[in-house]
This record gives sequence, structure tokens and C-alpha cells, in this order.
Amino acid sequence: MVRVEFLGPIQKEPMQLEITNLSQLAVILQGDEEMREWLENSAVAVNDTLVSSKDVELKDGDRVALLPPVCGG
Amino acid sequence: MLYLYDGPLDVPLILKDWYEQEAASNYGAYIPFVGTVRSEDDIEGLSFDIYEPILNSWFDAWQKKAKERGAVIKMAHSRGDVMLHESSYIAAVFSPKRRVALEFIDEFVEDFKASAPIWKYDIKEGKRIYALDRSTAIKGSGILK
Repeated sequence: MVRVEFLGPIQKEPMQLEITNLSQLAVILQGDEEMREWLENSAVAVNDTLVSSKDVELKDGDRVALLPPVCGG
Repeated sequence: MLYLYDGPLDVPLILKDWYEQEAASNYGAYIPFVGTVRSEDDIEGLSFDIYEPILNSWFDAWQKKAKERGAVIKMAHSRGDVMLHESSYIAAVFSPKRRVALEFIDEFVEDFKASAPIWKYDIKEGKRIYALDRSTAIKGSGILK
């Protein structure tokens, strides 16, 4: 199982998914109307490291986080 | 050195603590930046969410860059609500000479705004409203679209 978390203002409960890569996650989230806009502007971290491509393999126990646009300070 | 607080920052205390921590470290320059919540657009204050694991690794990478230039960075940020005229953010650079600290504080705060995993909300009529129009997508965003 891979845990997917939605950070900051994305009002969505975490998901537990049987997926093996980020491309599969993309397909699942693209089917969620509420997530469309967030997918455009969110960054993705796997196990708390930001990734720059969806060509990333996932294994059991991995954690994926979606980070929408930031504004500290 | 990264310090997170619930609610507003006690600016005089933090600046004093940091000063005292480095008073005998032989740094010639101490350049702090203090961010204060201003009155605009009828807000009552701001509110912040922080994702600490990635904030910590982002900060550690900057501390490493500072060390390579003989400098040290300190940063304090608020979690939760911070009302008008209170402070939510302090960053400071200590370095042997002023030029490094002046340049570093600028680079650091710019990247902080663009990359640190912190989300800002306006507080209006007691409600939190995500400040999307003032937010920046982290580099590499949009890979799942």
C-alpha cells in the first residue's frame, strides 16, 4: 500500500492505494474533479523528497505528498 | 537552526537570543529580517500551515551552503494564527563580513518564498482563506496533471 497525503489547503483525506508508480497515481487523481486544479500547480514528494518526474517507482510503505503553491513569511 | 512557534513570534526575545548565541563566535555581521503582518484587504491576520519534514531538509541544505561561505542562518516561523502588526517570520544571517550576510539574506528569503513548504491563509471574519494569488508553485510542480 502507498499512502497519499494532501498538504496545506487541499481539503482531502489521505488515501491508501495499491499502486507501483506515480503515473498510476496521476491517472487516479485526474479522475477526481476536485483535484484537477491542484494537479496543475502542486509539487510531489516521495518519502519527503521532492521529485521532478512521474517516472518514479513506488513500493509498499512509500508515502507520497502533494504540495500546492507555497507562501511563507 | 530552525525554530517553529505556535502563534506570533516574540521578536525582541528571539533577536536577543540569537545575538547572545553568537556573541562570542567572531562574526562581524548579524543581519536579521523581520516579517510583520500588515493591514491590507481588510484582513484580521494571517494563518500558516507548515510541513516540517520537507521544511527541515530545505533548511538544512541552506545551512550547508551558508557554512561553505563561513556563515550561519537562523530562522523562526509561526504556525497557526498571527494577527495584524505581529510577526510570523524572522530570518538572520551571521557572517564574518557584512557583504556575505547581505547577499545571503536576500538569496535565502527569495528561495524561502518560492520553495519552503508553508501555506498562508488570510483571516477574514474569523475564517481562513487560502492566499492562492500570493502563492508560488514549487519548482517542478504539475507532474501529475
